[in-house]
Amino acid sequence: MMNYFSPFVLPFVLGTFVLLGICVFKYIRWYMSFDRVQRSKVKKNILSLKFLPAIWEAILECLFHRKVFRRNLVLGYMHSSIAFGWFLLILVGAIEAEVCIHGSKPFWVAIFYRFFVHEHPTTTSVVFANIMDALLLVVLSGVMLAVIKMVYSKIVGMRRVTKHVLFDRFAKFSLWFIFPLRLLAESYTAAYYGNGGFMTQALGNLFAPIYHEYVEMAFWTMYSICLAVFFVSMPFSRYMHIFTEVFLIFFRRMGVTEGDEKTGYTMYELSACSRCGICIDNCPMDKQLGVQGVQSVYLLRDVRYKRGTEEVANQCLMCQRCSSDCPVGLDLMTIRRQVRTKESALDASGNYSYADNIQAFNSVGRVLYFGGCMSHLTPGITESMIKIFEAVDQNYWYMDKNRTICCGRPLLQQGFLKQAKDLRLKNQSMIIKSKAKLLVTSCPICYQSFTKEYNLPIKVMHHTEYIAGLIKSGRLKLRKDDLKVVYHDPCELGRGCGIYNEPREVLKSVSTLVKAKYEKEKSLCCGFNLGSTVLTMEQQTKVRDAAVESLMDKNPDLIATACPMCKKAFNHATTLQVKDVAEIVAENII
Amino acid sequence: MSKIAIIGAGPAGIESASMLARSHEVLLFEKSSTALSNILDKAYLFPDFSSATDIADSLNSKLINENIKLMLNTEVVDIVRNDSEWKIVDKSGKNYFVDAVLITTGYQTFDATRKEELGYGIYKGVVTSIDMERMIKYNQIVNSINESPKRVVFLQCVGSRDEKSGNRYCSKVCCVTAVKQAIEVRKMLPDAEIYIFYMDLRMWGQHFEELYRESQEKYDIRYVRGRISEASSTFDRKIQIKAEDTLLGVPLKMTTDLLVLMVGMEASAGTKSLGCKCGIEGEYGFIKTATPHLCDNETSEKGLFVAGSCKRPMTINDVINDARSAACLISEYLR
Repeated sequence: MMNYFSPFVLPFVLGTFVLLGICVFKYIRWYMSFDRVQRSKVKKNILSLKFLPAIWEAILECLFHRKVFRRNLVLGYMHSSIAFGWFLLILVGAIEAEVCIHGSKPFWVAIFYRFFVHEHPTTTSVVFANIMDALLLVVLSGVMLAVIKMVYSKIVGMRRVTKHVLFDRFAKFSLWFIFPLRLLAESYTAAYYGNGGFMTQALGNLFAPIYHEYVEMAFWTMYSICLAVFFVSMPFSRYMHIFTEVFLIFFRRMGVTEGDEKTGYTMYELSACSRCGICIDNCPMDKQLGVQGVQSVYLLRDVRYKRGTEEVANQCLMCQRCSSDCPVGLDLMTIRRQVRTKESALDASGNYSYADNIQAFNSVGRVLYFGGCMSHLTPGITESMIKIFEAVDQNYWYMDKNRTICCGRPLLQQGFLKQAKDLRLKNQSMIIKSKAKLLVTSCPICYQSFTKEYNLPIKVMHHTEYIAGLIKSGRLKLRKDDLKVVYHDPCELGRGCGIYNEPREVLKSVSTLVKAKYEKEKSLCCGFNLGSTVLTMEQQTKVRDAAVESLMDKNPDLIATACPMCKKAFNHATTLQVKDVAEIVAENII
Repeated sequence: MSKIAIIGAGPAGIESASMLARSHEVLLFEKSSTALSNILDKAYLFPDFSSATDIADSLNSKLINENIKLMLNTEVVDIVRNDSEWKIVDKSGKNYFVDAVLITTGYQTFDATRKEELGYGIYKGVVTSIDMERMIKYNQIVNSINESPKRVVFLQCVGSRDEKSGNRYCSKVCCVTAVKQAIEVRKMLPDAEIYIFYMDLRMWGQHFEELYRESQEKYDIRYVRGRISEASSTFDRKIQIKAEDTLLGVPLKMTTDLLVLMVGMEASAGTKSLGCKCGIEGEYGFIKTATPHLCDNETSEKGLFVAGSCKRPMTINDVINDARSAACLISEYLR
């Protein structure tokens, strides 16, 4: 057997063991601190077929970076060239070692193959050398793009790049140096042995006149040290995302979700964040207000390093723009809420005592209508809904007409979990006692709460869904006028609940719908989202004005929306009429 | 003889035109079909309940002057300096050349539908102070089902001192107007209950404080300190309001036949657009004068003057005084 040992491999070998050791330790510890629900999900689904789509998703996202590609081709190429390129380098290197070396060999041979193996070239070895060179070239091009991105981020379609902490930058540079050093080391060896591919051999031929054994050793040593430095720093830096994202995808497919409190699963999510900074680009806090250091990437980093503060967590509209952009699909809003969680800062126990006396109305055969607190401030919407119910002869119970109970979501958003739960329980028991089969609400905030935070045995609809259903079934007859209408997607209804089409269908049947500059997932927040209580009026107005401007692209006659909050916000910002979808429908009933 | 353009035939425009016409030629532009349109709907003026119609008549009579050329339905869209001359461009594209320009484009009232929670435009029982003035003028105070109201609630500061609607300033005239209207309603409906919801009452002018006291002692107007948060309709088409009595510290609900929204003053559309065009736009779209104390009729542009409520909310008395001072300054400027 040949001697496959040289002292320079030691840093690499050591680094690899340290990396694996730390990762295994961390992953086990995190899993141990899953909460009861999360662990039962894992136990229930670990042997199910949910594995198969998870494998496919892990390949698509972790290797190909599909979501990054969707955002920007160059950015996608940059990420996947480094990730997938490096993966293939390791994989093809291992195959090469397996094919070309018979008999037992240590695992590092695959990594330092050119140094150890340089016999007479055969067809196989030439083919492999060229493939490996091509892969290295791809990775190097990715690194090159990353370097350019650092100074000129527009090349990958980003306004800004993340401001990294010192340690992350250290890890980043060690990663960047790995590949040029590998190129130098392999070329230098090729200079003497002629075992390089098209690139390393070409470079090697230049080195040939100045070849010296010690220099070759020095290059390989540096390469090995660089690998070791990266491996050791990886579990503590943002590069922990490389392995963690795979685990996260599997857990997510098993149905594990983020809970009210930070658990081991949260640690998986925090570590799966690559701090790519895509969330910064469209964040209204940054784009419209120039507030930096509060975006999801920074909050997650702070929480991971146990420096998360409520001040940073509060500086957010909770518009979920970042959640829809996040290539890893992290549950950014819940993690932010966990930081906002207030133990017992607010004693609201007496505030809702009036709610104990509210009687549920027996509503068999009726539709439950829940306007929501915000709709009480926009009576045009609730009046229109009543008109629509009457037009289709639908009996209804206007549940919160007089004595309102909040759905609880605004409290939840601010971290008052217990208080929010009290409200939910009160509403829930009323809804169940009413025996109705359908709950319609006019407020996307309540809608999101009813569908995600409540555990209701009945169907819940936003009024746009309900109206769309009425139109489809022919119960509601409408006339179409020739107004040009633009639709604003409310955060809570669109990004929050994925309802994009129903409001548009309804609007198309009563008017001419024109497109806004940013639509659906990309729509801008109206600035008055209840997710924030610390933004000043000036800041809110700035965010709002940007949203209004984006709606004016096609010179509409009317702005339509489906959220009382957005309606109220826009009403003060434009001379155009701002109406809820329900209002436009109610005006056009035949 | 110098030529002066005055833009806006309201009290300020007419008053200054009549003074300047003694020795100059005045072009008085008005975009609507009638002069004094803001006054015509008013019944009586505070603090002495003098008839608004009389004041409008005497102002109108001042227009009968051969040196005043009143141009109705003529909207000025641009004012451009041409050396020492000013060029006025109207909507039809016609140009007028003058030696000095006075902007008296005035105010408009806050659009109460913007405060949707108060139900204006949705419930018939919710009216603005402008509607109320008209009801008083034509002696037709009725609720949503055309009956004489048993309870009338006035709400102060609708669209003024209100961060959310973007108007942080005080409109200055609404406090005393509500007191005046409440007394008038009392005179017409002796049995009705009348409430005024306020943040604080700013009785700054002569006789205002006395009027306020009299409204309580003689006319039994009740005052509640607190803003109304929302209005809704009851089954019998009355208006139910939710508010907080901030002196007692309790939330309250009240049913009323009429809810009167005391809408604030905003810069008129013309004020906003001309202010923008001439680069003299101030806060909230009102026009910015050169200095607030000594040059309050001048602007940063020489030969371009302003008067009246296009500068800030003003009572009609202040407007007329301001128009006179502007006329003096323009005469001096043209000498």
